Amino acid sequence: MSGIGDDMLAEEVNETVRVRFIVNGRKVACDVAPRETLVDCLRNVLELTGTHAGCEMGACGACLVRLDGRSVHSCLMFAVQADGARIDTIEGLSESGVIADLQAEFHRRNALQCGFCTPGMLVNAHELLSQVARPSREEIRDALSGNYCRCTGYEAIVDAIDVVAKARSEGGAA
Amino acid sequence: MKARAFSYFRADTIDQALDAHARAGDDARFIAGGQSLVPALSLRLQAPRLLIDITHIAELRGVCREGDTLRIGALTRHCEMLTEPLIAAFAPLLRAAAPFVAHPAIRNRGTFGGSVALADPASEFPAMTLALDAEIEIAGPSGSRRLKADDFFIDLFETALQPGELITAVHVPLFRSNQRFAFDELARRRGDYALVGCGMLATQTGDRIDDIRISFFSVGNTPTRVKGAETALTGFSLDAARIAAAQAALDNDLAPPESDEVPPMMRLHLARVLLGRLLGRLGEGA
Ligand SMILES: Cc1cc2nc3c(=O)[nH]c(=O)nc-3n(C[C@H](O)[C@H](O)[C@H](O)COP(=O)(O)OP(=O)(O)OC[C@H]3O[C@@H](n4cnc5c(N)ncnc54)[C@H](O)[C@@H]3O)c2cc1C
Ligand code: FES
Ligand code: FES
Repeated sequence: MSGIGDDMLAEEVNETVRVRFIVNGRKVACDVAPRETLVDCLRNVLELTGTHAGCEMGACGACLVRLDGRSVHSCLMFAVQADGARIDTIEGLSESGVIADLQAEFHRRNALQCGFCTPGMLVNAHELLSQVARPSREEIRDALSGNYCRCTGYEAIVDAIDVVAKARSEGGAA
Repeated sequence: MKARAFSYFRADTIDQALDAHARAGDDARFIAGGQSLVPALSLRLQAPRLLIDITHIAELRGVCREGDTLRIGALTRHCEMLTEPLIAAFAPLLRAAAPFVAHPAIRNRGTFGGSVALADPASEFPAMTLALDAEIEIAGPSGSRRLKADDFFIDLFETALQPGELITAVHVPLFRSNQRFAFDELARRRGDYALVGCGMLATQTGDRIDDIRISFFSVGNTPTRVKGAETALTGFSLDAARIAAAQAALDNDLAPPESDEVPPMMRLHLARVLLGRLLGRLGEGA
């Protein structure tokens, strides 16, 4: 990329730019205004509404997605920053089956009520279990510290993640 | 709320970033992890005309040994502070502070340079650069310079950075075998900003403290070294009387601001408690 041209700053602030990402394994291109956040782009442009927009300031965790394999808040970045990145949303994680056991356990234990927080909880739990095979309950709570749930009281969520962690590591050891 | 419209430029080199800033007449912001800047833009606390993305600048990446210091590139993410072996070996105080910085997903994006540049008085890393006697490496329109952390933090969210200047790296003296460190903070919930936090680095001969640097955060407008407490400990071995003397010195070292949530007296009390705990651990670890 060459240096910025003076023309770029003139009255162009409302213009859109073309961005390309790989979303849930598919190449997509879309035109966005630089000020459009990734969560807005995913929900409004790509119609992937599983990613939720709650506080839109990094506090609630409802908007978590995976960006190049790491969980990030999609409300805390602009879509243009993600140009060229690989993004996996809750839709992609669900379809691929990698979190099927977590989803089943959340369901079984009533670890969701309204479900608003659930996509973020699952993205977060998925990352935790990919980094720490057998987290303690304390570690699970710590990892979830940035994810708010207004319904469940968290206990069932921690239970579900705990059970899946044990099942996975026993399954892996067998 | 949504950010006001702006233009976006992705810089590939430091020079491109500096140049873009100058051309925008300094009505621009560098964006690194965006974990503080994006909320500020969304709330329209800031509304620059141009956003300069610095995260693709290779020169700002990486952690390496350089002589007797560790050079920590500005773009080093908080999560890398937890996993990078060089940090654990040569800047263990930063490793100890890292789990207290925000939440996992924010640590995946937020950068060390961004945290130091922002200079939030409640942040862990800026305060630790003081305890470590670190140097901030800065690039700007009129060339590069290095500044001691002691001279970097000026007032609330105000640093020695001039408009258009970029932090390129932070240099930390390598941790030595005759040094001890301790870190902790008191917060209402894990991941919240601390009510009071503290980190320290002591250089010892046997049990005797030859030199100690103690830095607090969430106690005022800037991260704060407590020089009275440091003096009370220098040249002595740690015992109950010395710890009490250091705690007493905090009355002069700190002047927490008025705040409804945490009155100054309470913050001072918490600072004394925390200092006592950390010095106790420093003694045990020796
Ligand atoms: C919910 C939440 C909780 C948080 N909790 C904590 C916490 O407990 N402790 C803590 O320390 N932080 C916390 N943070 C802030 C987080 O650590 C940020 O990542 C950090 O403060 C800023 O780093 P950044 O890379 O995201 O910077 P950005 O947001 O990109 O930038 C911040 C500022 O620094 C400037 N800047 C960035 N990089 C450079 C550079 N290299 N040179 C010059 N200027 C630069 C930008 O222009 C901007 O003004 C929290 C954030 C959120 C959203
Ligand atoms: S919407 Fe992103 S953290 Fe709340
Ligand atoms: S289930 Fe309703 S917010 Fe968590």
